[in-house]
Amino acid sequence: MNRERVRILVVDDEEIVRESLSGWLERDGYTVATAQDGASALARLHGERWSIMLVDMKMPGMDGLQVLEEARKIQPEVTAVIMTAYATVDTAVTAMKLGAYDYLVKPFDPEELSLMIQKIVSQQALVRENVLLRKVLKREYHFRDLVSKNAAMQKVFDLARTAARSNSTILVLGESGTGKEVVARAIHAESPRAVGPFVAVSCAALTETLLESELFGHERGAFTGAVARQRGKFEAAHRGTLFLDEIGDITPKLQLDLLRVLEDRRFTRVGGTEAIEVDVRIIAATNRDLQRAVAEGAFREDLFYRLNVIPIHLPPLRDRKEDVPLLIDDLLEKLSVEMGRHIEGVSHDAMAVLMAHDWPGNVRELRNALERAAVVAAGTIIQAGDLGLVKPSTPTEAAAEQLGTLESVERQHIQTVLEHTRGNITQAARILDIDRVTLYNKIKKYRLREIESA
Amino acid sequence: MHDILVWWIGAQAADEAAMEVLRQRVEDVFEWPATCWHDERRPTGTYDAGRGQHLSTAMLRWLNSHRPHDAARVVGVTDVDLFIPILTFVYGEAQLGGHCAVVSSARLGSLTLPMQRQLTLGRLVKEAVHELGHTFGLVHCRDGECVMSRSPSLASVDAKHGTLCGDCRLIYLEKAASLGTPYE
Repeated sequence: MNRERVRILVVDDEEIVRESLSGWLERDGYTVATAQDGASALARLHGERWSIMLVDMKMPGMDGLQVLEEARKIQPEVTAVIMTAYATVDTAVTAMKLGAYDYLVKPFDPEELSLMIQKIVSQQALVRENVLLRKVLKREYHFRDLVSKNAAMQKVFDLARTAARSNSTILVLGESGTGKEVVARAIHAESPRAVGPFVAVSCAALTETLLESELFGHERGAFTGAVARQRGKFEAAHRGTLFLDEIGDITPKLQLDLLRVLEDRRFTRVGGTEAIEVDVRIIAATNRDLQRAVAEGAFREDLFYRLNVIPIHLPPLRDRKEDVPLLIDDLLEKLSVEMGRHIEGVSHDAMAVLMAHDWPGNVRELRNALERAAVVAAGTIIQAGDLGLVKPSTPTEAAAEQLGTLESVERQHIQTVLEHTRGNITQAARILDIDRVTLYNKIKKYRLREIESA
Repeated sequence: MHDILVWWIGAQAADEAAMEVLRQRVEDVFEWPATCWHDERRPTGTYDAGRGQHLSTAMLRWLNSHRPHDAARVVGVTDVDLFIPILTFVYGEAQLGGHCAVVSSARLGSLTLPMQRQLTLGRLVKEAVHELGHTFGLVHCRDGECVMSRSPSLASVDAKHGTLCGDCRLIYLEKAASLGTPYE
């Protein structure tokens, strides 16, 4: 886990203890905040999530044990450690009974503190990893798993949360890769149908006949190869949610079939006569402009209105660039678990490249870029070169680049030499036959700090 | 000036030869000019009679208010035992992303015993580079051989090399670039 994500709250009435302990933990890369008494500690617990609390036992006002007791009511998952200069068996026992993880007598050995924090962090990482793995396996998403600080996305989440509680049909609209299925899964997970199945069908992936059989099932002998009765996705989704992705791609015949099911809540299997009733909540999604398709006669207007009960528009990633760093953090954590490879984060230069990219493939493209980078990265930090994102250039730009100005050739040559020396300035200056001061100036001028360690 | 200053602030007389070795290593690792700073002033108000040790956080405050303000960074080197209130001792302390660091030889061995000098000096150099690394914004590294790995014991000090690993070096270069060129 990225250590900056481990948030530690130090609660002590002595300023010097707060200052030195927070400094010590910050140098370990953790995010640390301090509180001078119990009341302010509890206020911080109400406002933000914390991973670990280090609480002094003896403080004026609320003592450490009282803080611990209250803290467990607000954030039961926070790991609390009691610190004290006055060790008694009674207080130790009380602290442990109140759920303290450990009990430290001040001053403690640096190795003891270091090991204890590492142990807590790795235990919490294991728990997180477990939850993540389960999510990856079961593809269970909740709204709290969807990261965004973008105002438009927050409105989407609010609407989706409200919609989740109803039984209405939902139409999720957005470009490819914006996370339409993820939102659909979150709606299902937070709906009264959460215990029921979530069944997803991609309508564009199959031919008309296959899709029909896939959705409604078929009776034995309905067509060549139908050797046994097969239940369709509608039946499979009974008492749950059926997610119809790429709904804009279905044929007129299927549009009509679907309309009937939506109206009657019943259908017959292909080749069958028996009417089957189902209790299914439909969430449809498309990246197409359905209103235009209706206007052009390519999509049935009556079906459109049946589906468009609660429309949810997902904005493209280029319109919510402020989410890119958040998404990177979240995706890297998931990728680290999935790939079994620890990736700490992205370098400053890689972040600049990621922020500058337009993301036509949205979050899915970002995930793929990070996955590729995680595979090729030499260390635990992804560098700009690992991303494989090429800035599209116009033909005129490309021609000008080929010819190259004196400055661009010099920049390129210095970069090549620096890559060759793995960033060693002294060696590079020797090869270039210039002094280090001149090289430093050129590095600064050309912003060449994105030297990769090979 | 814009150099990294290596400033002996110990109780005993300065070990000039050791300071020169340390200065050289600092210059090599950070690729930044380093100078031995000769100044007779010593930190005051840092001694805690109850513990018989010096408070490293107070020493950092003193260094910060007494350092030449055009210095890029200052590392105070001492022979007195350092502590922070919650820990029994520390080998050193630094302001993360700040200007000052302090490091002590007190628990690293002896610079005067010929048999121990080399080992002790090696440890002191590693800890000085480590603390200076923090002033450039580097946090502890998971690579046990990187000089920026956490060193709560002598065994962990001895396990690490005196240099930055690839990842830390890249981070350092990025941070150092924002400070401008060292010879300006």
